[in-house]
Amino acid sequence: MTTPVSSMVLVLVGSVIGSVGAIFLKSGAHAVNRNWTSIAFNWRLALGVGTYLASSVLFVKGMSNGELSVLFPLVSLGYVCTLVWSRLFFHEVITKVKLAGVGLILVGITFLSLGSR
Amino acid sequence: MTPATTAPEVHVPDPAKRKLAIFIVLACTLLVAIGQYLIKLGANRLSHAGLVATMIGIFTIPQLFAGYCLYGVFTVLFVYALRHGELSILYPLIALGYVWVTITAVVAFHESMNPFKIMGLLVIILGVAVLGFGGGAGAE
Repeated sequence: MTTPVSSMVLVLVGSVIGSVGAIFLKSGAHAVNRNWTSIAFNWRLALGVGTYLASSVLFVKGMSNGELSVLFPLVSLGYVCTLVWSRLFFHEVITKVKLAGVGLILVGITFLSLGSR
Repeated sequence: MTPATTAPEVHVPDPAKRKLAIFIVLACTLLVAIGQYLIKLGANRLSHAGLVATMIGIFTIPQLFAGYCLYGVFTVLFVYALRHGELSILYPLIALGYVWVTITAVVAFHESMNPFKIMGLLVIILGVAVLGFGGGAGAE
């Protein structure tokens, strides 16, 4: 069984879009208060969920043709993107510990996909 | 992307809630793993469907629908966690889902286990532990 390039592109684009969705989810989460309208009319949350749905549709399309062992590592690109977004939009510090953690996760996922061939 | 920069900068770090946020996300990965499995099952039934057919399938194929419902539960919990934790820590923690998926594949579907997979699982768990226990240390 082989994995078509089109599936890889779909999953790759999906993972980047998903990481962008997380930006909106977090900024939306901070806008939530005890008033229900802060959830119902929270455009950031809505956009975050919408972006997540869009990325999921791409995942479904991508994963319907191909091996999870090849496609899963591509999803992890989203974690690297998130480190960058977190710094840009939330002024979070990219510490060495965070880099080490994400690096280990990427290495682990690569090992996992090698073992799944 | 500019609107996100205007997000309120509420950062009074509460260590207890940050720990809770990390715990919630780790627990959520189990939900996501089950959801992913269901979605993969459902996705097999639309290998050549177009975009519209795929979106209809999310509501008509039970496995896809159940999978997305789990994603919905995950999203609510994840948003709560994001209020109290850092995105750069919480988002990569989702990688723990790979561990659940691999274990499920081996235990439930008798997929073979091999040194690469064992190595991968251990390194992912190590990475998640590094992020979860030490990721916030230098953040303030």
